[in-house]
Amino acid sequence: MTQTPLSVVGRRARSLRSARRGPARYSAFDLLRRGALGRDWPRSFTQPELKGSYDAVVIGAGVHGLATAYYLAANHGMTNVAVLDKAYIGGGGSGRNTAIVRSNYLTPEGVRFYDRSVKLYENLAVDLNFNVMFSQRGHLTLAHNDSSLRTMRWRAEVNKLQGIDSEVIGPEHISRLVPYLDVSAEARYPVLGALYHPPGGTIRHDAVNWGYARAADHLGVHIHQYTEVTAIHVEADRVTGVSTNRGDIAAPVVVNCTAGWASTVCDLAGVRLPLITHPLQAAVTEPVKVFLEAVVVSGSLHVYVSQTDRGELVFGASVDPYPSYSMRGSLEFTEELAGHVLELMPSIAKLRVLRQWAGLCDMTPDYSPIMGVTPVDGFLVDVGWGTYGYKAGPVAGEAMAELVATGKTPEIISAFDLARFAEGRLVGEKGAAAVGH
Amino acid sequence: MIRIPCPHCDARNSTEFRHVGEAAARPDPSTATPERWRAYLYERANPAGWTSETWFHTMGCRRYITVERHTVTNEIRSARPAGGTRAEPAAALSARGDAGSPDAGGQA
Ligand SMILES: Cc1cc2nc3c(=O)[nH]c(=O)nc-3n(C[C@H](O)[C@H](O)[C@H](O)COP(=O)(O)OP(=O)(O)OC[C@H]3O[C@@H](n4cnc5c(N)ncnc54)[C@H](O)[C@@H]3O)c2cc1C
Ligand SMILES: [Zn+2]
Repeated sequence: MTQTPLSVVGRRARSLRSARRGPARYSAFDLLRRGALGRDWPRSFTQPELKGSYDAVVIGAGVHGLATAYYLAANHGMTNVAVLDKAYIGGGGSGRNTAIVRSNYLTPEGVRFYDRSVKLYENLAVDLNFNVMFSQRGHLTLAHNDSSLRTMRWRAEVNKLQGIDSEVIGPEHISRLVPYLDVSAEARYPVLGALYHPPGGTIRHDAVNWGYARAADHLGVHIHQYTEVTAIHVEADRVTGVSTNRGDIAAPVVVNCTAGWASTVCDLAGVRLPLITHPLQAAVTEPVKVFLEAVVVSGSLHVYVSQTDRGELVFGASVDPYPSYSMRGSLEFTEELAGHVLELMPSIAKLRVLRQWAGLCDMTPDYSPIMGVTPVDGFLVDVGWGTYGYKAGPVAGEAMAELVATGKTPEIISAFDLARFAEGRLVGEKGAAAVGH
Repeated sequence: MIRIPCPHCDARNSTEFRHVGEAAARPDPSTATPERWRAYLYERANPAGWTSETWFHTMGCRRYITVERHTVTNEIRSARPAGGTRAEPAAALSARGDAGSPDAGGQA
């Protein structure tokens, strides 16, 4: 008889125990009770064994893959689902983004889509029983010249028609919202106005990732970290399963949610996508007293800034100027960024940058995602998230889950199909997504 | 910072260059179907590994060069004048009769 290693026994016992007790409900009362009694918290996730087959396999444990799995279980009762990641939960863009959430896009299709995500985010803390710290602090996109002011007006009108709170405001109003911004006429790039979007803001991305993972896990979804998909099996134009570094899995549906790595995963299935992977960098400063309420974006200066609840300033920019799968930061990024930020806020010149990092972005030609079916039956994509996909996690997960469960493409994502490129139906969002993610 | 060994100017910081992209063969516009043409416009291999691509030395010699770069490590193993060789849209170039000329790689 072969012996079962102790670690496996321990793991099984642990997962059985948590299954018996059910998920720990997080609440203020529970916090006090556990504090008073010195009780530990149970583990948030189980570590199930990898099975040889699932009803659906989701590749990528970022916000998109996790949300897809969660809504499959929560909305459609499909729980025999695996989420596979070659690294760890939130190790891709979902743990590296600057967490800006907004819906003031440029096309009606885009605005409707992202608005649904904002609505889902508004209730997410309750739905997942996890504090996701969604802070709708207001979002400003500055215009420094007539042509960007014209784009702002255009966006405001498209937004209003879709019922989104969005308007163009002048320098006096801007300086009331952001007192430290240089709105003087002497500025090198004078501020002529801004697109103001009060419901826009930031969220705690790690909490969203962990919240979806915990909730999906409790509903019975298997999340397998450090499980890399190395082959996708296709027979007669139908997907039949995947190979991983931990064994083969049969599945009638495979969903690609790998963002920056999406081309490499599509290659395994023989599907070609119009994607180019670029690094995107961001940086934070040391924490200072809170002085900046809104998120401020300047397209012309290629920079945006927000302040976290801890007081750090978070800076971001546009993607690195050449494609790469490298996640190294670069000095030229920080140099350029600092120069541009100081054009906007000269008074923060003494602040020091604490750290910088990079993530991978799968850029599409029109700055809209690619979602839905592919020429391979059962092989679905939820990719093309570029620099703007974090905010779309909930709506994309909800729609992809519906597609997997019903086999029908939901209306809200029908404009984002892969076929649009061959058919010339691009959904151009560059004017709303190139710098302000 | 990656340094690109320009065959005309020697190693220079990548900030001096403009990345033009993966070389893609341009179909004949008078016979290509719209699908074929759009595939040429949008589809890229986007490999995680070695790739052959065109760069333009904006702040140097202002010539196009062909660079072989590893997209995961950003290591560069060769850089040569663009034009008429394997990675180039040779058909388009030779149709104009200037294949092989270092200044002729702008089609990529
Ligand atoms: C610096 C930065 C700032 C950003 N700011 C914003 C912002 O403010 N607002 C916004 O909306 N968006 C923003 N984004 C974009 C956003 O981060 C992404 O669009 C989003 O996180 C994509 O999520 P995802 O779940 O699709 O992919 P990811 O979170 O990238 O997850 C993909 C996963 O796939 C896994 N994987 C890859 N290949 C394999 C394989 N072969 N087998 C198994 N697993 C595999 C990876 O390990 C990874 O965990 C930003 C991105 C960056 C880098
Ligand atoms: Zn040169």
